[in-house]
Amino acid sequence: MACGAIAGHVTGIAARNDWPVDVRALPPLLHNRPDRIAGRVEDAVTELRARYATVAVAFADCGTYGALDEVCARLRVPRLRGAHCYDVFAGASRLAELLAQEPGTYVLTDFLVRSFRRAVVTELGLDRFPQLREDYFRHYRRVVWLAQYPTGPLHTAARRAAEFLGLPLEVVTVGDQGLERELRALVTGWSADPGASARSPRPG
Amino acid sequence: MSDPSTPQEILRALYDETLVGNAPRVLELTRTGLDSGMTPESMLFEALIPSLEEVGARFERGDFFVPEMLIAGRAMSGALDVLRPLLADTGADSVGTFLMGTVKGDVHDIGKNLVNIMLEGAGFHVIDLGVQVAPEKFVAAIEEHRPDVVGFSAFLTTTMPMFKANINALTKAGLRDQVIVMVGGAPVTQEYADAVGADGYAADASAAVKRAKELIQRRRSAMTV
Ligand code: B12
Repeated sequence: MACGAIAGHVTGIAARNDWPVDVRALPPLLHNRPDRIAGRVEDAVTELRARYATVAVAFADCGTYGALDEVCARLRVPRLRGAHCYDVFAGASRLAELLAQEPGTYVLTDFLVRSFRRAVVTELGLDRFPQLREDYFRHYRRVVWLAQYPTGPLHTAARRAAEFLGLPLEVVTVGDQGLERELRALVTGWSADPGASARSPRPG
Repeated sequence: MSDPSTPQEILRALYDETLVGNAPRVLELTRTGLDSGMTPESMLFEALIPSLEEVGARFERGDFFVPEMLIAGRAMSGALDVLRPLLADTGADSVGTFLMGTVKGDVHDIGKNLVNIMLEGAGFHVIDLGVQVAPEKFVAAIEEHRPDVVGFSAFLTTTMPMFKANINALTKAGLRDQVIVMVGGAPVTQEYADAVGADGYAADASAAVKRAKELIQRRRSAMTV
């Protein structure tokens, strides 16, 4: 059960590892309404349970702020560790470093580069209300593309996206090994205890 | 469409045009209202604020998304620019001073800005420190402005712990008892607010206004007994 924003990579990784899995995806744009993610995942997992021996959730916390963890714990299915797919691809500490270096960093993945128009421009209403660009991105200083497979056309698209936002582009090639590592843990059940996945932080 | 001329028609039009974020029209209607002798208060409380509340409700229901909220907020903000000096003119007591900022490491500010608009609309004097505000900056601003309430806004799980850091900084500076601390932002819950030792939390802009008023009221009456 994968998030649509990474389902393509999940399918590729499963194929190159010969894992006997089917990948089902939920719409990636759910990320803009993260309060709906946990419910949708719960429905999907419940449905898939009837047909598959094992179900795993290829979502990070994804802005559900712990709600997805509750569902996963209840259904006893594991999910990917991390707050979002940027953590999964780059590693949480690497991402934290990038954001600490420049808090005004807007992060892209191959998926976001490819779907920038739909997932960012249209969703944020920048096509209908171009005047809102300032409201959204006034405090941003750079775009960092955490690239999985930085092909020529994707490079062009990433440059265009950064230009659209009026920000400089930095490319950090991270590949999809981070995702592969986390998926392997799910598939082989190394972290089958859903409690082992990252929880939302407790005040300390 | 014929131009609205009665106060009722102007209020209705203000409400409708704010709802769809038609900023130029809202500004024009605000001026028309003032020219025809309507009070800034009536336009605020009978049209602009209810309209932005409806925007919030539609967002909650999923009928509106962020852009619709933003353009409505912008429209209301434009009207406020015209009304603000007039509200001050009438000598209406400021409901209270609210110091607001997005915590260090975080640059999400849409929610914070909407809260500010609603606070101003409700008569608060709002001082906005912007985004990425470090604990020492909050401390310095509290010493300078002596606000009734300080609000911390955070949107990332990685920046929420700054609430606690900010509160610790206030305690260290000896200011914790002198100011009401409110927290908010998409990931924040009442439970989290309680755990970090904040005085108040609100899930949206209108609730934030209500809660801030309550907390100030409570503190003022505690001080008079
Ligand atoms: C719009 C948005 C953006 C805009 C922000 C523009 C801006 N200037 O603020 C943009 C596109 C730039 C953006 C960037 C990023 N975002 Co963003 N963003 C959102 C989104 C879709 C909506 C947030 C929003 O503005 N809501 C509308 C406002 C009105 O609601 P609100 O914020 O909740 O505010 C209300 C209340 O919380 C309350 N309130 C707010 N502040 C306060 C303060 C006080 C004192 C009180 C009492 C009340 C209160 O009142 C407000 C008004 O009603 C959310 C998802 C979501 N739907 O929540 C993700 C979300 C918050 N973002 C997220 C992420 C990951 C990012 C990025 C890292 C993504 C990236 N690709 O780089 C960057 C951040 C980088 C950085 N350096 O900070 C994640 C956070 C996940 C996490 N675990 O931390 C979310 C949850 C999306 C997701 N599902 O993954 N984002």
